[in-house]
Amino acid sequence: MIRQDYNRIDPKRRSTIDYKKKQFAIPTYKQQDYPHRLNLYEVPPTAEITLEQFEQWAIDRLRILAEIEACSFRNKTPGETAAHVTPLLQQWLPLRSNTSSSAGSQDENLKLERKKDHYSHFILRLAFSSTEDLRRRFARIESALFRLRFQNDDARERQTFVESLQLDWEVVSEEEKKALGADLQNATPGLKRPDVEEGGWFKVDFETVPELVEGRRVFLKAGKAYVPVREQMSMVLAGFNARLDKGLELTARALPRLDEDDRLTPILNHLSKNFATPDSTLSDSDSALPGAPINASSIDPLSQHFPLCMRNLHLTLRKNSHLKHFGRLQYTLFLKGIGLTLEDCLIFWRQAFKLVTDDTFNKEYRYNIRHAYGDVGGDAIRRGRGYSPFSCQKILTEHPPGSGESHGCPYQHFSVENLTTLLQTTGVNDRDVLRGVKEDVEKKRFHIACNRVFEWAHKGDITRVKEDGSWGAAELDTIVHPNTYFKRSYLLKSGAAATVKGEEMNT
Amino acid sequence: MPHSTASEPMFSEVPIDGDSILPDAPVQVPDPAKEDGKMDTTGGASQTEDSIGEATRADVKLEDLFNDVSDDEVDEFSDPGVSNINNESSPPGAPLQIAPSAKYTDPEVMLAFYQRLFPFRYLFQWLNHSMKPSNDFGHREFAFTLQNDAYLRYQSFATGDLLRKDILRLNPSRFEIGPVYTANPRDRKTLRKSTAFRPMAKELVFDIDLTDYDEIRTCCDKANICHKCWSFVTMAIKVVDAALREDFGFQHIMWVYSGRRGAHAWISDKRARNMDDQKRKALAGYLEVIKGGAQSGKKVNVKRPLHPHLARSLDILKEHFHSDILVNQDPWAKPVKAERLLQLLPDKELNDSLRKKWDAAPGRSSVSKWADIDALAKTGASKTLDGRALLEAKQDIVLEYTYPRLDVEVSKKQIHLLKSPFVIHPGTGRVCVPIDTRRLTKFDPLGVPTVTELLGEIDAFDEQAMEEGDVKKIQDYEKTSLRPYMEYFRTHVTGLLREEKGVKREREEEDAMEF
Repeated sequence: MIRQDYNRIDPKRRSTIDYKKKQFAIPTYKQQDYPHRLNLYEVPPTAEITLEQFEQWAIDRLRILAEIEACSFRNKTPGETAAHVTPLLQQWLPLRSNTSSSAGSQDENLKLERKKDHYSHFILRLAFSSTEDLRRRFARIESALFRLRFQNDDARERQTFVESLQLDWEVVSEEEKKALGADLQNATPGLKRPDVEEGGWFKVDFETVPELVEGRRVFLKAGKAYVPVREQMSMVLAGFNARLDKGLELTARALPRLDEDDRLTPILNHLSKNFATPDSTLSDSDSALPGAPINASSIDPLSQHFPLCMRNLHLTLRKNSHLKHFGRLQYTLFLKGIGLTLEDCLIFWRQAFKLVTDDTFNKEYRYNIRHAYGDVGGDAIRRGRGYSPFSCQKILTEHPPGSGESHGCPYQHFSVENLTTLLQTTGVNDRDVLRGVKEDVEKKRFHIACNRVFEWAHKGDITRVKEDGSWGAAELDTIVHPNTYFKRSYLLKSGAAATVKGEEMNT
Repeated sequence: MPHSTASEPMFSEVPIDGDSILPDAPVQVPDPAKEDGKMDTTGGASQTEDSIGEATRADVKLEDLFNDVSDDEVDEFSDPGVSNINNESSPPGAPLQIAPSAKYTDPEVMLAFYQRLFPFRYLFQWLNHSMKPSNDFGHREFAFTLQNDAYLRYQSFATGDLLRKDILRLNPSRFEIGPVYTANPRDRKTLRKSTAFRPMAKELVFDIDLTDYDEIRTCCDKANICHKCWSFVTMAIKVVDAALREDFGFQHIMWVYSGRRGAHAWISDKRARNMDDQKRKALAGYLEVIKGGAQSGKKVNVKRPLHPHLARSLDILKEHFHSDILVNQDPWAKPVKAERLLQLLPDKELNDSLRKKWDAAPGRSSVSKWADIDALAKTGASKTLDGRALLEAKQDIVLEYTYPRLDVEVSKKQIHLLKSPFVIHPGTGRVCVPIDTRRLTKFDPLGVPTVTELLGEIDAFDEQAMEEGDVKKIQDYEKTSLRPYMEYFRTHVTGLLREEKGVKREREEEDAMEF
């Protein structure tokens, strides 16, 4: 395997070997034992494994990572993700705690499990370090996996693991704790009074616990965050991420040394290619509607096929003759996705912004629209055809709307009353559907709510295509992209029209 | 012109120390003709621009641009290159050839401003964090908006003088400051790997814009502001400034009037500059309380007990709520708006009796309506009333109507460009001056000097000095009402440089210990 960290001199090589012979010496590495279930993956594996194991272990881990990623795309809550992934983990990548065996961490099976976990992680590091995108994606999912395991870990074992990390956390003294008293408790939700007084507190730089800071779940004073022992997960996770990011960067630099290797390189390439799965970016076939009359003036009639988020943008645009930046971006990209050309899109926006002069429009808006289409701006080579239309995932998780903004997902960002009103104005007035939507929204299952509305609005057509078999299961899968919603809706309705026409001709 | 009447000796009596305080500038009603703003920049104007530009170029000699590099004298404001140019293009005493009626968008006016008043030297030190040119400035992106509205990105300059030179050449109507990159922004296309060019550091910035208050302010809307709604900005600055200093421990915070309807904060602490996007997002999230778009109903949803930051903010905001919101804004005067207030209250029965009472007395003021809530609650108008829920709802309402509405996207990204301090707002002609937080409530956005006023002040001053035969060489800014703002900026920069120097020395000493 490849050494990860060039700064670390192996203690065994440092003094015992004559420096002249050093480069010919066979490195002897310390065999690793795994006292803890969890691993920060700081030390790369050094023992030999077979090629068979190399591939098999990597594939097993990959399966888990793919599942975790799929869960995040479906916007599942951490609880649901855990429920979904735990049985799979048992099957493909078990990792049991010391207490599960009488021999504790000396149990051979446990050792093997931990070795597999350790090695598979480093193999995938190799496979996913080549590009920035892959690295970021890998780091994101690995940290989700780590978090999952950390949460499930036995409390005592977790404690010894954390202590073994030797993170530099300053302990808050009793006097300081007393002086802060109520502030500590008020800043840290869900903490009982005795916990505050008796539990341990750490003082760390606020940068190390961004999650807690962002959620206002920690007390801050002069740049230091006061973190209760209970919240150490956030800190351990930050440590894990930091190490992983650094490790991946180093791996990427070491990767060229594998160039000549014809055993591992094909396996690694294969692995990273197979990972390119359900990323919900839109392919052309997903959006193109050959023969559909899509131009600046047909957007109004077509808007009946739009999902609620775009419908809302359209209605707001017609009402105010204006949309704020992210609203324009979300809508423009969607329109691009349904096949509106740049020229038509410019005409569409020009006509929609009735209250601005040509001059203002050209100065303040035209550039952004062209930029969204990849016509101008940025790096000519990298910009390609501009941004891809936003997926539901992106709309739900990024840039929540601020005051006066209308983008985002109505199911998530509207109050229930306003959502119901909007649904009713778009013609959804079936009580059952509305109640269902309300329940979905309360459980934060925004996709399901949107799909529910879709299924209700197209129920006749869906039954028809199911019956005549023209649409398979794949084409009726859950919608996770606004453009898929539009395409499906449009095809179903126009298909119905075509069928009707066909029947008329027959009679 | 409020400040141009002061005679010159009076100025020299004033000690030039950094603690001088901004004046309470008198109220000025904006000239509608000026508000209208846009004027064509073609024809004769651009011709003069060219000739001035050429003259300037000829005047700048290479040695002039470099001979102040090691100058440690902070008190001296302008570098030799500057006075050199000034002396040749407009000797002291010679009035600027600008008609009093000239508009602030006039390229000639702009150029004169950059030449005579813009503090390039301090801007350089502020962004460079040291006197000696370094990558903190050299790899920094500047973006210019030219007179024809073309937008030039990825400009960079080794020193403040080179920046000045290019600004005098291009005469942009405004310019913005971006991050420090890993490489020189001008070389970004020559780099072999695209990942070698990425942002490395930038001041943490915040942007407050009064348009985000449109749904709660009743006095103005869109781009217009008055003293009543400026108090929203005052409140916001108080709250954010307190959090940044007390919670995050930042010290080098400068608030800048954005020239029309908002304010920016620039935080130059090293720790703040080096934060990556994730940390910026965390910080923005910490400060963000008002969430949700036009349709999301209740916008303040905070947990109890209140986080210490919110408890402190509420303390700060409470006193403003009564005077600035209830009295000045009178936000629930109209029945439609009062309905919005009722939506935010938890108890249905109480709401019904309130509604009845308010319907019976149209035109009831917000102060009385706010008092009615407690009064009716006490009389037991509702049997189901939960006193605690009502109190919390009332706290939420105070927050919704007073808590800062930040444009958080600006703060979240290192690469976001933000208008430089001291440029002219093209719509109003006002200078984007720093706001002295020690005299925050006295800051008057409508009294901020406009570029034409400032140039007029220089002329008036010079004329008077000529008459009195007392031609003394002082900096142009000292002749104008821009002076206190400049001095505030200078003090801010000096404080920043002092700390940076300390940090550096510490680091060097540590290194020395190791070896």
